[in-house]
Amino acid sequence: MRALEHLIQQKGVPGVVEMVPSYSALLVYYDPLVVGYDALCASVTAVTRELDTAVLPPARVVELPCCYDDPELAFDLEAAAVKLGLEPPELVRLHAEATYHVYFIGFTPGLPYLMLPERLRIPRLDTPRTALPPGSVGLGGGQCCVYSVESPGGFWIIGRTPLRLYDPEVSDPVLLQPGDTVRFRPIDRRTFGEIAAAVAEHTYRPVIT
Amino acid sequence: MIRVLDAGPLPLTTVQDLGRPGHLRYGIPPSGPMDRLAFVAANRLVGNADGAAGLECALVGPRLEAMRPCAIAVTGADMAPTVNGERRPRWTAIALRAGDQVRLGPAKAGMRAYVAFSGGIDVPPVLGSRATYMRGQLGGLEGRALRKGDTLRLFDAPIPPARRVVDPPDADPGLEVTVRVVLGPEADRFTEAGVKAFLTGAYELLQQSDRMGARLRGPRIAHARGHDIISNGIALGTVQVPGDGQPIVLLVDRQSAGGYTKIATVCSFDIGRLAQQKPGRHVRFQAVDVAEAHRLLHEHRAATDRLVLETIGQRMEKS
Repeated sequence: MRALEHLIQQKGVPGVVEMVPSYSALLVYYDPLVVGYDALCASVTAVTRELDTAVLPPARVVELPCCYDDPELAFDLEAAAVKLGLEPPELVRLHAEATYHVYFIGFTPGLPYLMLPERLRIPRLDTPRTALPPGSVGLGGGQCCVYSVESPGGFWIIGRTPLRLYDPEVSDPVLLQPGDTVRFRPIDRRTFGEIAAAVAEHTYRPVIT
Repeated sequence: MIRVLDAGPLPLTTVQDLGRPGHLRYGIPPSGPMDRLAFVAANRLVGNADGAAGLECALVGPRLEAMRPCAIAVTGADMAPTVNGERRPRWTAIALRAGDQVRLGPAKAGMRAYVAFSGGIDVPPVLGSRATYMRGQLGGLEGRALRKGDTLRLFDAPIPPARRVVDPPDADPGLEVTVRVVLGPEADRFTEAGVKAFLTGAYELLQQSDRMGARLRGPRIAHARGHDIISNGIALGTVQVPGDGQPIVLLVDRQSAGGYTKIATVCSFDIGRLAQQKPGRHVRFQAVDVAEAHRLLHEHRAATDRLVLETIGQRMEKS
């Protein structure tokens, strides 16, 4: 989907206004006053023929510091570990060792859709919580979620990042992009506090390579 | 400058312009006015570009005071606007002197009124737009609705001639508003009876509706095989149907993607009429094909472009 989006962008397919990639679909907004439906479908179909040879720009790797070792932040870690038949440190190791592809961003501003390693797949909570703090890192179904704004949610919260995935106070409010690679770096509670303070003052520079 | 004397207890009045397209891939909706035609007309009346920032007032309007001379126009829902207690016409440019007080009351017909000010509201653009996205605390006045005591700066602009819109649209969409839809993209996930129920039933607009989505209740729309899909993009007007078989029409502050099956998309040119329907009243859906939808869109755009502004009498006096 990202390759298709990239190609349509590069080729400047006439009439395309914006696109929303997701796991297995690409939503293409077009201006019907510029291009008709059939003509647009023909252009997009033509582009799909070049998909195999498309060269994508290299993915950015974005590091999200994550505090797993404070029950105030990671309030479901113990229970999730029990549910998965793992010791909590093992769960943390598996979660932090994995790399995550950002399939797309959505639901709330800046929220990434990430897939979990097989071993960490877990049914969602029976009763969703009404309000989870932004930055909460959760497991649910086959997905890993990092809440970008305070929202209700049915994920098991195993940690929290002090970074803001969405910050309406800065000119570029969204941290992650579709196609990025995300890695979680375990930090202790003290480091969490330090980074959170720097983020609040807009002096923290996320590690992006 | 405009001072907000009262904006009521609920967050119902926001700064809007024509919105911020291009950021849905980051989960940021376009926002902008729910009734685009009424918004654009208000701007044209006061001599602004179509996209100048003005106010959208839902259900009930604010009380405002002009701190310097300017012109305003009120369009959309009928909130019986007054200036210093005297009724003034809607869809008409109104000159204000410093100290004049404008009051919009509860909506007597329709749901959303628009107030344009000559020059337009001067708030900093965020991602290229002054539109307010309240859930994301983005744009407009600190990303929130207006409150008592706020002041709105206006860009400098000449006072326009007195004029009105000839033959403005009716503010009241009626007890039942019919909106055109194009079926799909997942209409095949519903039973034949489910699609028929959707296209023949009257759906009550529920109280929980907002700028994100219109929630409806009516004949159950039955799924053929499950109501969950792999999450994908949601367009303006997408009608998604969760497991309870009740439709939700996604609107200007919508989420960018969702995992419920989508039976149809409401045509963009009918979103404004849907936006003027009051909770408790009903909505009906009528299917058209893509070609017909595009023909109607061309017609609608042409009608917008043809909005006739008639000059009334002399140039408004400056005071």
